[in-house]
Amino acid sequence: MRELDVGEITRAVRRLAVEANTDLGADVLDAFERFTATEASPTGRDILAQLTENARIARDEKRPLCQDTGFAVVFVDLGQDVRLKGGDLYQAVDEGVRQGYADGYLRKSIVADPLRRENTGDNTPAVVHLRLVPGDRVRIVFAPKGGGSENMSGIAMLRPADGVEGVKRFVVDRVSEAGPNPCPPTIVGVGVGGTFEVAALLAKRSLLRTLGAPNPDPYYADLERQLLDEINALGIGPQGLGGTTTSFAVHVEAHPCHIASLPVAVNIQCHSARHKEVEL
Amino acid sequence: MSDPIRLTPPLTDADAERLKAGDRVLITGVLYTARDAAHARLVDLVRRDEPLPFDPAGQIVYFVGPTPAPPGRPIGSAGPTTSYRMDPYSPLLLERGLKGMIGKGKRSPEVLEAIRRHKGVYLAAVGGAGALISQRIRSAEIVAYEDLGPEAIRRLEVEDFPAVVVNDCHGGDLYAEGRARYARPRGG
Repeated sequence: MRELDVGEITRAVRRLAVEANTDLGADVLDAFERFTATEASPTGRDILAQLTENARIARDEKRPLCQDTGFAVVFVDLGQDVRLKGGDLYQAVDEGVRQGYADGYLRKSIVADPLRRENTGDNTPAVVHLRLVPGDRVRIVFAPKGGGSENMSGIAMLRPADGVEGVKRFVVDRVSEAGPNPCPPTIVGVGVGGTFEVAALLAKRSLLRTLGAPNPDPYYADLERQLLDEINALGIGPQGLGGTTTSFAVHVEAHPCHIASLPVAVNIQCHSARHKEVEL
Repeated sequence: MSDPIRLTPPLTDADAERLKAGDRVLITGVLYTARDAAHARLVDLVRRDEPLPFDPAGQIVYFVGPTPAPPGRPIGSAGPTTSYRMDPYSPLLLERGLKGMIGKGKRSPEVLEAIRRHKGVYLAAVGGAGALISQRIRSAEIVAYEDLGPEAIRRLEVEDFPAVVVNDCHGGDLYAEGRARYARPRGG
């Protein structure tokens, strides 16, 4: 049994919170460049150039890429041969969020209650997705999620008879309806199958993939290509001002499901696709 | 692309009338920030016929909740938030003389109608470019609702703040026009 003090988790979360919000991944920067070369709209190309410049300023001057520094969504893969000591895992994550959002001058965007809406003042609590995995390591992925793109997400419980065409229609309609709102170009996370809640989590987890890396199953990789083509035919474009780059990528994740069900969830990620990870 | 139009609030009806969907503008002068919670309070005051913390006549409201200002800077990152959440409130403020709104994303038919009737304008800034946009903000001071933290109303002084006209008072809609220009038929 390997012992790990939860203080190490706090320190990691604190660092990842600041890094994720100021240092955009190379895969996203690469997408800005690739799509600048293919974007048909001059305004669209100008916006992609501004996003590249924004990312440079954020990285060089350690400033948040976006004022919406997000809900702290933290994925923890806990090795089953690790024994955590020194405190409560969830409290350790929250303490890391509290420190990172204070020290990094990040925005506190969480209200304690959805209807009474008083800001907690420190961006806690985090949303923690904990998974028990083999081994003696702890993997932490910090993925701050902005409200604008999260609000454009959706879920449907389709009939099995609706099939792949039904799934495609739902996904493309969702993106079409969202239009300029989620800060396109977006990354469209899709979860197909499982149960109601599994589909949503699949969609969210798919956003952690390297941008544009295809699903390893050729069937789903092909579906991702078809969906991206249909989405980019909508004409929404960067910031919704018209263009050929509405989304950089569609990531689909599938899961076994009930004979009666065909759940499909769409989780939209804005162009500021932020996530950083560490293994302890 | 044509040269940007320079705007300095307060704006007049004539200023609004010459703006057309698709025009790029550079704003220099004062913007007032307000988002969800501040709008709820402002509109509550309007409904009770009480004075507002700032006079909206001729002014531009920027839908933004900035990150905290780091040492030595007037403000943190400060890009636009999604505007439709302010749709229930904007018509009342336009009625009270508000001229401009800066945000991102679609507005409701009621807001578009109020923009036409009261000669206003809806502008978009680049969502997710908060670090870049903050360089155009020279100063920021809280004028009301400090308890709301990032949602407090701030008076910003901006210089060459870039935005694009999405909805003008003549019914022009850049989102619809831009999309129609680049859409391909499905399956095409």
